[in-house]
Amino acid sequence: MRALSTNLAAGDVAFGAGISVASLRAGFGEHTVLKDLRVKIQSKALTAIMGPSGCGKSTFIRCINRLHEETPGAWVRGSIELDGEGVYDTTVDPVELRRRVGMVFQRPNPFPNFSIYANVAAGLRLNGMRKRRMLDERVERSLRRAALWDEVKDRLEKPGSSLSGGQQQRLCIARALAVEPEVLLLDEPCSALDPLATERIEELLLHLKREYTLVMVTHNIQQAARVADETMFLLLGELVEQGPTSQLFTNPRDPRTESFISGRFG
Amino acid sequence: MVMTTLDLDETNLDTTSPPRRAAKLRSRPIGDRAFDLSIGACAVVPPVLILLFVIVLAYGAWPAIAEFRWHFLVSAAWEPNPDKEEYGALPFILGTLISSILALALAAPIGISVASFISEVVPPSLRGLLRFVIEILATIPSVVYGLWGVFVLAPWVMNHLAPVLSKSLGFLPFFSEPFDPRNMLCAILILTIMVLPMIVSVSLDAMRSVPISYREAALGLGATRWEMIRLAVWPSARSGFIGGCILALGRALGETMAVTMVIGNEHRISQSLFAASDTVASTIANQFAEAPSDLFTASLIELALLLFLITLGVNLIARLIVRRVAIGGAD
Repeated sequence: MRALSTNLAAGDVAFGAGISVASLRAGFGEHTVLKDLRVKIQSKALTAIMGPSGCGKSTFIRCINRLHEETPGAWVRGSIELDGEGVYDTTVDPVELRRRVGMVFQRPNPFPNFSIYANVAAGLRLNGMRKRRMLDERVERSLRRAALWDEVKDRLEKPGSSLSGGQQQRLCIARALAVEPEVLLLDEPCSALDPLATERIEELLLHLKREYTLVMVTHNIQQAARVADETMFLLLGELVEQGPTSQLFTNPRDPRTESFISGRFG
Repeated sequence: MVMTTLDLDETNLDTTSPPRRAAKLRSRPIGDRAFDLSIGACAVVPPVLILLFVIVLAYGAWPAIAEFRWHFLVSAAWEPNPDKEEYGALPFILGTLISSILALALAAPIGISVASFISEVVPPSLRGLLRFVIEILATIPSVVYGLWGVFVLAPWVMNHLAPVLSKSLGFLPFFSEPFDPRNMLCAILILTIMVLPMIVSVSLDAMRSVPISYREAALGLGATRWEMIRLAVWPSARSGFIGGCILALGRALGETMAVTMVIGNEHRISQSLFAASDTVASTIANQFAEAPSDLFTASLIELALLLFLITLGVNLIARLIVRRVAIGGAD
């Protein structure tokens, strides 16, 4: 709260459609992970969430697509608005919501025993798309957007698990993009990848942020500095600071942010 | 082992006595080699046992094999009359295959559904209890199932199930009259019940071991719970399902007591499931004590050999299927 009122004042006007989070608290059973979080996330930009392990980064983005509540014992209070519509309103079906808010996970998780094609088409088929021609078209477009098409176009029927780790992660991005979400959540998408694969994903994210609202959790401070427009720093379930990445990295307002980005903890 | 390692380190430092060092170096792997040899010997035991098994059975069955040759496999005769002794295994082989395969065909979809329900719908706190109850079912001795089959299942089939089935599906030869009080359908049903726990428990394990990340991948795409099961859980658990079915089929093929109590023990081939019939295992169990002649005994042993080969063959085929499923993928 305290951090928010000081940091967001300048940027408030710029946020139009996007995600706005108010007094969000979440946790598991007795344990509170997020304590009264208030942030706004810009549309069509990449917002990085960084912080040490256990600070609630993942829990936060999993609240945005309501995946958090699928874990036994999980609870959420407060509100998240997506384009002005409350994500936790009783009228909102989490299944519908998750088709608008895609997610890419820490470890590449293509569906096992599914071909590359079937992986990308999975979400479309869930939505009832059956016509082969339409599917073909959407699969190709999604794979192109995920910068994977050229590498896999000759082996679409091969299992998704036959790809390298970095390719699998781009396949997962393609799978998420296929259903044309408005928001794409990325939970440390590069943490299981080697530097080269990481670089490719980062390039891809720089392209994607022009069309999608990207929210990326990262453990890697340099990564946030390289790709994010906005960065927020969470500590122990509270927002310490949020601001344009360049400002947050060159001129952090909070001493804790400064010690985190200079590598004194985390 | 530890001692020799320490000695070795010492000798490595002590460069003045190379012969001793060489000796130590050579002496060190003896323990390893003894270990290799002993576990190697143990590993040889099962295949040797199987081989001995086949040899002994083939030896015992030899008079029948020499007498009937391949006719044994295709003949339906079972004539202990000393004047014109003739034995054929076809009704029993068919009985074994039909009862087991149909039991599996019933048990597999039910078992996988039950496992899916327990794994994905029931709250975690109840899951353990349900699994426990189902595993208890697997520990009930087959003679108890058999007795229940005789006094409860068979009359129920006779009085309720058979009339309904023959009225609605009687145009099919499988459901035609007459009804025997104990019949193939009873055997199929009792086998279904007996192999169900096995399928449920193996399928449940397979589904519980599907990584949470696959489930989240499906949920994150906007899948409902049912779609998540179809998309992420079943495909990953498929080899487990097949494994459970193989175990179940093996059990059904060899199940003797419960089957022999409810199947009616008639050596004949009938299209109708309401007809009494017999299986290989049940025939052996029923008739080995009689043994009117050496040829009869040899024929029974040949039945045992056949049963052994059938189970072996079924398992090999099933294993091939598992491998193909593991390598190839769904669309």
